[in-house]
Amino acid sequence: MNVSNNSTLVTSAPIGITTKDACVDFPIFDAKSRSLKKTVMGLVGGNIDSGRKVPIIEALRDITVDLEHGARVGLVGHNGAGKSTLLRLLAGIYEPTRGSAEVRGRVAPVFDLGVGMDPEISGFENIMIRGLFLGMTRKQMLEKVDDIADFTELGDFLHMPLRTYSTGMRVRLALGVVTSIDPEILLLDEGIGAVDAAFLEKSKQRLVALVERSGLLVFASHSDEFLRELCDTAIWMEHGRIRQHGEIEDVLRAYKSGRP
Amino acid sequence: MTAVPATSSRTWRSAIRDLSDGWRQRQLWSHLGWQDIRQRYRRSVLGPIWISISMAVTAIALGVLYSGLFDLELALLLPHVLVGFIAWNFISGCISEGSEVFIANEGLIKHLPAPLSVHVYRLVWRQLLFFVHNLLVYLVMLVVFPQDLHWTAVAAIPALVLLALNGAWVALALGVITTRFRDILPITQSVVQLMFFLTPIVWVYDDLVNSPNPAIADRARLAEFNPFLHFIEIIRRPLLGQDQVLRHWVVVLAITVVGWALTMVVLRRYRSRVSYWV
Repeated sequence: MNVSNNSTLVTSAPIGITTKDACVDFPIFDAKSRSLKKTVMGLVGGNIDSGRKVPIIEALRDITVDLEHGARVGLVGHNGAGKSTLLRLLAGIYEPTRGSAEVRGRVAPVFDLGVGMDPEISGFENIMIRGLFLGMTRKQMLEKVDDIADFTELGDFLHMPLRTYSTGMRVRLALGVVTSIDPEILLLDEGIGAVDAAFLEKSKQRLVALVERSGLLVFASHSDEFLRELCDTAIWMEHGRIRQHGEIEDVLRAYKSGRP
Repeated sequence: MTAVPATSSRTWRSAIRDLSDGWRQRQLWSHLGWQDIRQRYRRSVLGPIWISISMAVTAIALGVLYSGLFDLELALLLPHVLVGFIAWNFISGCISEGSEVFIANEGLIKHLPAPLSVHVYRLVWRQLLFFVHNLLVYLVMLVVFPQDLHWTAVAAIPALVLLALNGAWVALALGVITTRFRDILPITQSVVQLMFFLTPIVWVYDDLVNSPNPAIADRARLAEFNPFLHFIEIIRRPLLGQDQVLRHWVVVLAITVVGWALTMVVLRRYRSRVSYWV
């Protein structure tokens, strides 16, 4: 099967993500072989080194998961263990270099709150664009704009270009858009900081509501408290492999002690 | 390492689905295309009208200069230069921006799952909007230098469609290739610049081919091998009320078919690699 990373068509099939022995290998070209010259010269001169010309980073190895509607999965693991890459695999952004991955449903990835935000245009216009990117229609977004404006408490600032916003205000805006949509598959990467405590409490409620609306959640975080609140199962990533996949308490305990 | 078969997403179906899914997200890319134009002229008083103004200034300057150099009537050369230049702007925009279409959208590609074609549609749409702005200059020109237009001028519409279709495959194919081989980018940029001079935009092909000097006529005939000549001619001739030449249409149609066929091969093979390469 293939990756249907986009959305609109697969509404009849039940929501879910299935991967089988999926691997993600990044070729690192850097200066070594990204240039045509090197490739042409390589052809002329013959193959000198017998190994691979392009070094490869094996980011994910043999990922086999089967997530169905209703799944609430937390992702734990050290920095560089492959959590973010796994989220991108599940989003359909990276198609596996080997193995297979199938994504059924409309994916709303929330990895980096800044991407797709244009500093030169107003907050309102950014809300619109962000929503369109997350698979909403223009009409749906117009209906939600007031709600988002209320939630962000930005008031007249929404008519100002985004570059005049403080970091916290930007996060509010991004969170406001993201938590207003109705995703089938919600993929959250942590990095929800830089907001004041009162607002965080408020957005937590919205996040919980969003998670309840979404058909499937995968959430990468270092915060046990947040993970316990949003998830019921968890995946422990280590060196690009799934070390353990099970009940959240079991996985968290094993992860803390260092062995499953 | 070879035990597991390569991922089966490299199929014709997934390549075609990339194109059709992208097409379905019209609201997104049409909005972004507009945004790009508004963005460029934000805080300027005249806004996107600057597109038309700079086109008018360039065309008039080139028209005056070359009508003097070639000893041609301004009323003849200026419309020729203007329409040629408008078409050329569209073509060169698709090629030079197309070659960095995925590199420029790295952030979006890595963070949001969207068909690759979305970025290409956005680009071609933006170029079409530029084209429409430039048509204003053409309309003004029609008032100053009336052309002998017939109903055949409607042929400009299929011609524009063909230009857009070709712009899309060029951007897709070049975009994928330059993402992998970054050296193609400067090569493309300089080739595009060079082709401006090799294509009959500021000079008139018919005049040189029929030149009494056989050396010049022979040299000019080489322009037949320049694909851009045919693209420019299919849209310029109807807009200036000149007779259609079947040859140009045949060449353009052939390039469209072959180009799309090659692009589908590239798309099928390397579509899923682009997010790894950017």
